[in-house]
Amino acid sequence: MPNTILVVVEQSEGKLNRVSWETITAGQTLAAETGWPLEVGVLGNNVAGVAGELAAKKVARVCALESPKLEPYTPDAYAAALKQFLATNTPKLVLMPHTYQVRDFVPKLATSMGRTVVSDCIGYKKDGDKLVFTRQMFQGKLVADVSFAGDAPWFVTFQNGAFREDKAEAGASAAPVETIKVEIADGVVRNKPQEIFKEAKQAVDLTQAEIIVSVGRGIKEQKNIEIARQLAEALGGELAASRPICDSGWLPMDRQIGSSGQTVAPQLYLALGISGAIQHIVGMKGARTIVAVNKDSEAPIFEIADYAVVGNLFDIVPPLIEEVKKAKAGG
Amino acid sequence: MKILVCMKQVPQKDAPLKLNDSGTWIREDVSYEVNEPDAYALEESLRQKEKHGGEVVVITSGPARAQQVLREALAKGADRAIHLEDNAFVGLDAFNTAKVLAAAIKDEKFDLIFTGLQSDDYGYAQTGVILAELLGWPHATIIMQIEKSDGGIKVKRELEAGYFQFVEMPLPAVLTIQSGINKLRYATLIGIKQAKNKPLRKVALAEVQSAMGANLQKIERLYVPQKTKNTQFLEGPAAEVAKKLVEKLRNEARVL
Repeated sequence: MPNTILVVVEQSEGKLNRVSWETITAGQTLAAETGWPLEVGVLGNNVAGVAGELAAKKVARVCALESPKLEPYTPDAYAAALKQFLATNTPKLVLMPHTYQVRDFVPKLATSMGRTVVSDCIGYKKDGDKLVFTRQMFQGKLVADVSFAGDAPWFVTFQNGAFREDKAEAGASAAPVETIKVEIADGVVRNKPQEIFKEAKQAVDLTQAEIIVSVGRGIKEQKNIEIARQLAEALGGELAASRPICDSGWLPMDRQIGSSGQTVAPQLYLALGISGAIQHIVGMKGARTIVAVNKDSEAPIFEIADYAVVGNLFDIVPPLIEEVKKAKAGG
Repeated sequence: MKILVCMKQVPQKDAPLKLNDSGTWIREDVSYEVNEPDAYALEESLRQKEKHGGEVVVITSGPARAQQVLREALAKGADRAIHLEDNAFVGLDAFNTAKVLAAAIKDEKFDLIFTGLQSDDYGYAQTGVILAELLGWPHATIIMQIEKSDGGIKVKRELEAGYFQFVEMPLPAVLTIQSGINKLRYATLIGIKQAKNKPLRKVALAEVQSAMGANLQKIERLYVPQKTKNTQFLEGPAAEVAKKLVEKLRNEARVL
């Protein structure tokens, strides 16, 4: 059977999760390099609208896997539906975005088929004839090229931002859409999910801030956040934090930046005492200018910083506040 | 509630890492600690035991040094520990790790199995979900709250961007636990003393080897990431750095 690439996108209640376009770009890039046809799969109930959106892209085929049992999402239903589909359509590669939902079911799906997932990849390479997938290890300190040792399908999930949403190519004409009714037997779905809700009353919308001063574990104590707040104020920006700060209750949850919090792309992002763990980076790597202050010269945050200060933030921030005030006063 | 907590020992967060000669793994001469999400998983299991009674068992697969993680867990209040002890367990992928864990517990009857949502070294976030599939149990991931309910449990799943979802599930089940679900306790002196007398069962590689298969994926190369960004390091006394930085932000980056 000829090799194909299948991109499985994510939708909820008829709305496509934006990160899906990135995965389509990934699929198109791999298709161009390997010559393998690219297909797109979407699961849900009444997803004709989403399928139509997808068919406008440069893809060979869109498959809509339909069942009332696929809405709302459960891992049992999604794994069962895809397993059925993959039994008769065996792509070489199955690509998905590394979302919380994909993490919830794709290892189950792969295991049920005796296959494996290389997850949270940031890219791929062709090593001669071999396809290897690149992923970060040790919270971003090192990088690994990983190959598959078993049979197809090979499951790969890509990190947010690894490919560009706006590079997903449109097709010359609409791709064919095939609707497949999936049978999910009674008793397969064991979880009963309730309505999705937002918990933190959103007092601040960090996605609208042009300047963000963000604190991590390096701030050491809650009372030290005050100097970061003063810096944010001097800059006319907003205060934010990495997850551990919000977990400790030192700042409210709506100030959290990262995969579980807000994803921001401000003009200026100042990371104070933030090591740069992957879960945080995915939430801010789109910032136009990144400044990082950290005692540890090996901190992964320095990989993505435009300006880096290896030093004690408690030494740097006070004079920084003064210099900012001077500059703003027209000095 | 009989709860199993799967724990992993990983290199310390700020440990300087060096590549081995073949460039396929790190050199082992680093300091180790418990994988942070697993510490939260353990804490959650202890709180569930305090609320509902039962037993907390901790398990790890790794070389002799990994026993430290189990000892600390016992000191915090876990009742017994299982150590799949062998150097061979270090290189296993998530699939085979889950297989050996399942093999080691095949005669036990747990109500709940917890893992941390992912490890700080590999960061795959798969072992718990794979384990659930191997056992045929329902699962839920990235959990921030667990309550007993009529049909089993009601858990709070964390989603992206500040969203959450409650899910009702039957038991037995596997849950992967998110950091920050609770506040970690310290082991007390009494706890540390009592830990010495708690059962620690060692499971040899030979006992579980038949469950293992070949690794389905392989790290071809491990390396230091290539810098794509042109980072400017600002050096000197703090006052000077502050001045330089503001000047750069103003005139170069043009964000001030």
